[in-house]
Amino acid sequence: MSTSSGINADLGLKLKRFVTPDHPEVNYAQAEKGIKAWLTTVDHKKIGLMYLGAIAFFFFIGGLLALLLRAELWTPAKTFLDADAYNQVFTLHGAIMIFLVLVPSVPAALGNFFLPIMVGAKDVAFPRLNLLSFYIYLAGATFSLYSIVTGAVDTGWTFYTPYSATTGTSVVSMTLGVFILGFSSILTGLNFIVTLHKLRVPGLTWGKLPLFCWSLYATSVIQILATPVLAITLMLLVMERTLKIGIFDPALGGDPVLYQHFFWFYSHPAVYIMILPGFGIISEIIAIFSKRRIFGYWFIALSSMAIALIGFLVWGHHMFVSGQSTLSSIVFSLITFFVGIPTGIKIFNWVATMYKGSISMRTPMWYAMIFLFLFTIGGFTGVTLGTLSVDVHLHDTYYVVAHFHYVMMGGMLIAFLGGLHLWWPKMTGRMYNERWANIAAFLIFTGFNMTFFTQFILGAKGMPRRYYNYIDQFQSLHQFSTVGTWVLALGFTIILIYLLQSLGKKGVIASKNPWNGRSLEWLTTTPPVLENFTYTPVVIHGPYDFHKPIAEFEYGIESHGHGHHDASVHHSNEESVNA
Amino acid sequence: MDKLGSLFLPPAKSTNAADVDALFGFISITSVIIFVGILIATIAFIIIYKRKSDNDVTSLNDHNTTLEIVWSIIPVFLIVYVFYWGFTDYLKLNIPPANAYEVQVIGQKWNWAFKYNNGYTSPNELHVPKGRPVKLVMQSRDVLHSFYIPDFRIKHDVIPNRYTTVWFEAIESGESVIFCTEYCGTSHSDMLAKVIVHEEEDFQKWLKESGGRPADMPLADYGKMLYTKSGCQTCHSTDGSKLVGPSYKGLFGSKKTFTDGSSLVADETYIKSSILNPSEHVVAGFAPVMPTYQGILSNDDIDAIIEFIKEQK
Amino acid sequence: MSHNSSAVQSHVAHHFVDSEQQFDAAKFGMWIFLVTEILFFGGLFAAYIIYRAWYPDLYTMASTQLDTTMGAINTGVLIFSSLTMALSIWAAQHNDKKKTGIFLLVTIACAFAFMVIKYFEYTHKFHLGIFPGEAYTFTGIDHPKAHIFFSIYYMMTGLHGIHVIIGIGLIFWLWMKNNKGSFNSAYYTPIEIVGLYWHLVDIIWIFLFPLLYLID
Repeated sequence: MSTSSGINADLGLKLKRFVTPDHPEVNYAQAEKGIKAWLTTVDHKKIGLMYLGAIAFFFFIGGLLALLLRAELWTPAKTFLDADAYNQVFTLHGAIMIFLVLVPSVPAALGNFFLPIMVGAKDVAFPRLNLLSFYIYLAGATFSLYSIVTGAVDTGWTFYTPYSATTGTSVVSMTLGVFILGFSSILTGLNFIVTLHKLRVPGLTWGKLPLFCWSLYATSVIQILATPVLAITLMLLVMERTLKIGIFDPALGGDPVLYQHFFWFYSHPAVYIMILPGFGIISEIIAIFSKRRIFGYWFIALSSMAIALIGFLVWGHHMFVSGQSTLSSIVFSLITFFVGIPTGIKIFNWVATMYKGSISMRTPMWYAMIFLFLFTIGGFTGVTLGTLSVDVHLHDTYYVVAHFHYVMMGGMLIAFLGGLHLWWPKMTGRMYNERWANIAAFLIFTGFNMTFFTQFILGAKGMPRRYYNYIDQFQSLHQFSTVGTWVLALGFTIILIYLLQSLGKKGVIASKNPWNGRSLEWLTTTPPVLENFTYTPVVIHGPYDFHKPIAEFEYGIESHGHGHHDASVHHSNEESVNA
Repeated sequence: MDKLGSLFLPPAKSTNAADVDALFGFISITSVIIFVGILIATIAFIIIYKRKSDNDVTSLNDHNTTLEIVWSIIPVFLIVYVFYWGFTDYLKLNIPPANAYEVQVIGQKWNWAFKYNNGYTSPNELHVPKGRPVKLVMQSRDVLHSFYIPDFRIKHDVIPNRYTTVWFEAIESGESVIFCTEYCGTSHSDMLAKVIVHEEEDFQKWLKESGGRPADMPLADYGKMLYTKSGCQTCHSTDGSKLVGPSYKGLFGSKKTFTDGSSLVADETYIKSSILNPSEHVVAGFAPVMPTYQGILSNDDIDAIIEFIKEQK
Repeated sequence: MSHNSSAVQSHVAHHFVDSEQQFDAAKFGMWIFLVTEILFFGGLFAAYIIYRAWYPDLYTMASTQLDTTMGAINTGVLIFSSLTMALSIWAAQHNDKKKTGIFLLVTIACAFAFMVIKYFEYTHKFHLGIFPGEAYTFTGIDHPKAHIFFSIYYMMTGLHGIHVIIGIGLIFWLWMKNNKGSFNSAYYTPIEIVGLYWHLVDIIWIFLFPLLYLID
């Protein structure tokens, strides 16, 4: 299939080759100008960027809170915060990082920007709903932040009853905030599922979908199935505090363990909301920078779906010592182990993809390697925690804290940074300084391990989490961990500086396909035009067919104002142009 | 494995601890082996298959079902083995022997109390005999707590309106720390207690002598002992500094104004009622968080604490 | 028709190819939304089931306080409104603007009737002292957890009631649009998807009625 006529015959479409220039005359950011155009835009790319800005802002706040926490733990007793302040700070750190940063990070920012481009659509299926979900996100964030002003929250991000039903702090505004954020997440998931089902361009079969799209599909399924349960749980908690309905509060005849079941029924699948999109990014990066067909495409794609589904059946592993029945614990432990299998499959396939590849260690690839390193440790320690007898010792210690930071931060956040560095040139049209980018990646890797590997040791030794004071023998480990956070902070600061610098006057202009990618986002201009393509792309090869000439990826059909794929076009008399 | 254990784990002082440690060691070492394997492969590929030119020809092999099955099935065997091991040990941790010695545990913000069958309640110190299974029957008076002894590798949540149990058998005498591991508010991290393991005859002796003040100890000194042991010092200072509750310094005989606007002079009756029924009179500027000590401190104990407070001028 | 973009009907948004794709997407999106709605209620059903398993006698005793007749009438009213909703779609498909409007109005009337009956049920209970949660003062049920049953009752029926009110708003909006002549056989997507929503509200009530009222 080296000529377009052969391709035409296969698809029954009159194809033309569209060679897109590197830079458009008017890109999406220039098409509608001014603050108002940004705030009222329904363009998925602008909405994605607004999410990116908001998420970066909240990550900055959450990160500052983390620095405060670690600084307070410099000494075993009071360093500079009092106990109540410390408890509020760790609650806010957790709630902000999870609900305002990790859950929306990749789907709402990078996913919003790239999913429609990757399927060749002009926008997501419901653009106005997409904008609405951004404003719902802001409203939820405002509620959550309002709770800081009115007396903070000191329950931990898990809001366990009966403590959360009785403490004097602003639990109601915080839970309402999270409740509202849930709807933003649901709407994004809904939009992605419909977009993937209904708006793919001709030729883009499920088997040719970039793996990032598959991972967002799996994520969206969890978002729409699990988030409503969290919403109703938080609603019940609000009712518990206001009307004292007595479902969760033992003082009123309720059952606190029931709350934990409800909470983890959402919040465990939510962990996969926070990691699956990361898997997608890593698949893209490893394929592009190994310049090789991804190994085990279907295994990677379907293992995401498997994780999404099995992920619904493992919530009880948070409760091995909580007072659920022994039988439940045993069943939950067994199922938990089986989530490990599809995760392992992904890791093996990624490594296999590098075999006999042509590996180029550019910045995004460094992040993918850091991801592999950290996430694998996070995964293995997850097995340790899923083991019943061992978890009895490790539950609610720093071992758990270290584990979920390896998975969430070492996994999702590193993947997010990888994706950001992969797609930054496409989004902004500018290339960042790669030397500084590699230095920052190295600092983050080092700082991360200093901070959190230490916490595995602390936890195994019995240091409980959420402790303001601790016994003296843990001090040196705590101090080492605190120093690690400074290295991390330095790394993130460098990233902020060179990314902003790349946008400035001296920034280097990026070409449309700096990494030689094959999926649709690399075929349009940099930055993309308002409706992503000036033609309707037709997909002939898979997104990882690097051995095929790039020309064969540039076929499409004329666009007629409305939408892209157009079944009636083969009745037209347009001439195809031979490649 | 012992060396690894001492690097990562606290000393193993119960009969079940060694099993847990062995499994922890097995998982950790297996993980390290597989992890290093992945790491070596990755680094090797980065070096061997380094990009030489943009026209490098790469492998077109994009799947191998046998390989996929192999790297799915081998981990399945491993995890089923680990699950089974963890499951049998978990049953051991969860089923106390029939002859276990029973102690009642009460958790409340922010202290522990241990009730013995002779009626004595030991605040924040759990005394147990060595070499005999001990079963703890636990309940909470307020919010969730979790009872954790790292050296024994046991932990269980303590829940209001419900009894939960853990058991252990200590294998050497000495002291170990008890933590609360379920977040429970301001002084969560100060909700510490000690478990003191005695030789059997020492334990019997302790049990016989326990309860009440040693004959030669002045009342106020005994009060001071209770002040530290029962957890009063977590919230009440003796140097005038403001913690969760009012300081004892200069408390006795002073006039206290309460949140409802009323006021009283802090005399014996007031202090006793504050210990037994703390929410009745809450001093203005403080939260109503103190738990009751009804059933934990005896009348004699309370008299001793009052004597001690009188001395804090 | 794609050669001439003016031939593409004005209701098709810029990013869709044609009316059919837009209709499919909207309907599919609505189905997904309904799944989230079911899970939203699912949490309450789970709480219901768990407490019923723990205290079966409580449920038997407490449900005697619920008025089966009123519940049954409400069930009939909602089922009928589902029918009129479906008929309004049928009328729109047949370009019958007048009938579409009438069926929509009947649906709204049924929804109001449902809320009025619900109002009488609630006020009667409030009168007896059957409030959710702490305010519960009724002494007619000899069970320490009686207030929890009614907390669940109020949460479930209350959440359902909110959905009925939202439904009234949506159908009223359809009625206004219909008056402007927005719907025809080629474009009736909003009626179709609001109809799906309304059927779900109906179905949830069909589950709530036996689960709460008809316990022996």
